[in-house]
Amino acid sequence: MTIALDIHVREKRYDARVVLRDIRLQLQQGEVVSLIGTSGCGKSSLLSIASGLDRNFNGTVALDGKPLQGVSRDIGFIFQEPRLFPWLTVAENVAFDSNNALATQRLVTRLLAEVGLQEHASALPKQLSGGQAQRAAIARGLFTQPRVLLLDEPFSAVDAFTRMKLQDLLLKVAYQHKLTVLLVTHDIDEALYLSDRVVLLDGGLTEFHPGPAPRKRGDMDAARLKAGILASLHV
Amino acid sequence: MSSQLAASSSPALAPAPPPAAAPAAPKQHGDAPGQRMRRTALGLLLPATALVTLELLVRGGLIPANLLPAPSQIIDTLRDLGTQNLLGHIGASTLRVAAGFASGAALAVLLGAAVGLTRHAEALLDPTFQALRAIPSLAWVPLLLLWLGIDEAPKIVLIAIGAFFPVYMGVASGIRGVDRKLIEVARLYRLSAVGLTRRVLLPAALPAILTGLRNGLSLAWMFMVAAELIAASKGLGYLLSDGRETSRADIVLAAIALLAILGKISDSLMAAIEKRSLAWRDSYA
Repeated sequence: MTIALDIHVREKRYDARVVLRDIRLQLQQGEVVSLIGTSGCGKSSLLSIASGLDRNFNGTVALDGKPLQGVSRDIGFIFQEPRLFPWLTVAENVAFDSNNALATQRLVTRLLAEVGLQEHASALPKQLSGGQAQRAAIARGLFTQPRVLLLDEPFSAVDAFTRMKLQDLLLKVAYQHKLTVLLVTHDIDEALYLSDRVVLLDGGLTEFHPGPAPRKRGDMDAARLKAGILASLHV
Repeated sequence: MSSQLAASSSPALAPAPPPAAAPAAPKQHGDAPGQRMRRTALGLLLPATALVTLELLVRGGLIPANLLPAPSQIIDTLRDLGTQNLLGHIGASTLRVAAGFASGAALAVLLGAAVGLTRHAEALLDPTFQALRAIPSLAWVPLLLLWLGIDEAPKIVLIAIGAFFPVYMGVASGIRGVDRKLIEVARLYRLSAVGLTRRVLLPAALPAILTGLRNGLSLAWMFMVAAELIAASKGLGYLLSDGRETSRADIVLAAIALLAILGKISDSLMAAIEKRSLAWRDSYA
């Protein structure tokens, strides 16, 4: 398989505090990888480095073998909160990166239909529920038609039922858009449900393989794997 | 340590069908006409009660009419003034406020944006502006008269000074206070400095900017009175001064009433612009 995203962090520090050292994470094309770990272990820092938002580190990030020099249209990013621009409609938020009105309209219509928000194109963010706002954020993340999608605890702020719907939506769009996905989450069940590979960041990287898709929520294999992950964390 | 229950390389999954989008429940914004009328009536209650009470007290001889004329007398005075170029006085004051506010606010938007956007501009300009902001309006008057004479220029400059600081503060603090998370989103889209300012910083700072403009306009009216009290032959400030010199409390109060009405009208216009421009805001009221 082709390596889509290759993140190599020799060192990332905040002032004197080293948060990441000698970390190498490679994502194969079309792979869904979850990054889990305790608070402050450096998950979000690693994701920020992968996105090109954080360039203040010692190491390299390569997309399809080519070093990244900053943010790229080929990498979409979904934050923990929807972070929609409140003065723009849903459609305008989705098309924030656009400068081609006609192509934009078609793409926005298609993306909003994919995330189930076709009837909310002209709504303002304040008129959306938390789940709808996060759907709009996913549509915005897909607008540049990226090859890699990075998500930083994207479903942590919604209720359990909405979270399950959004998880299925993520799997659907990842499949339809042939995306390589790196998801940071603190929810082990979510990681096991969504991922081809679960990576535990705890000083170094430890990998877990949930098994072949499609998965079932809470099956016995997942429960055994979760116990293994918790044992690794000494929980 | 590695645990591998099953090898997996396929990302292909059978996704669940997308859930039907529940229609958003738009929140209620704005009042119904009936509510608006009730609120207007409530707002008028206090001044109407005060005016009626005053009328009764003056007519009953409890308050000397030469010191505090009855509202009906003030209306008569306004009617008399109407035949003696009252519109000219109102026009002169309004034009001065418009010119002073426009120039002061325009300069404040530019400098406030510079201070909000760049740390260098902030370090260079902000300490000086904060010191200048503390100077009382009347302290500028002798200097402006000395430099600019007694024509229109010193009045307009004084009004511009009054409007400048609230607008400057609104723009600078509004831009500095923009949510860092929104800027992080904008960075993902590789916006230029101009694009970031135009598409994110200014819209996000708009509530603070409009509040600054509204406060600036209010202060422009106050500084206009200060300017006209000192050297003017026309305007509402001149009427105030004329009323004091001729011991005509009715003229003074008529001018005060006109200032209140004009100030309220201009503030209502700004409030309407603010409400329309910030319809996207998810605020309490």
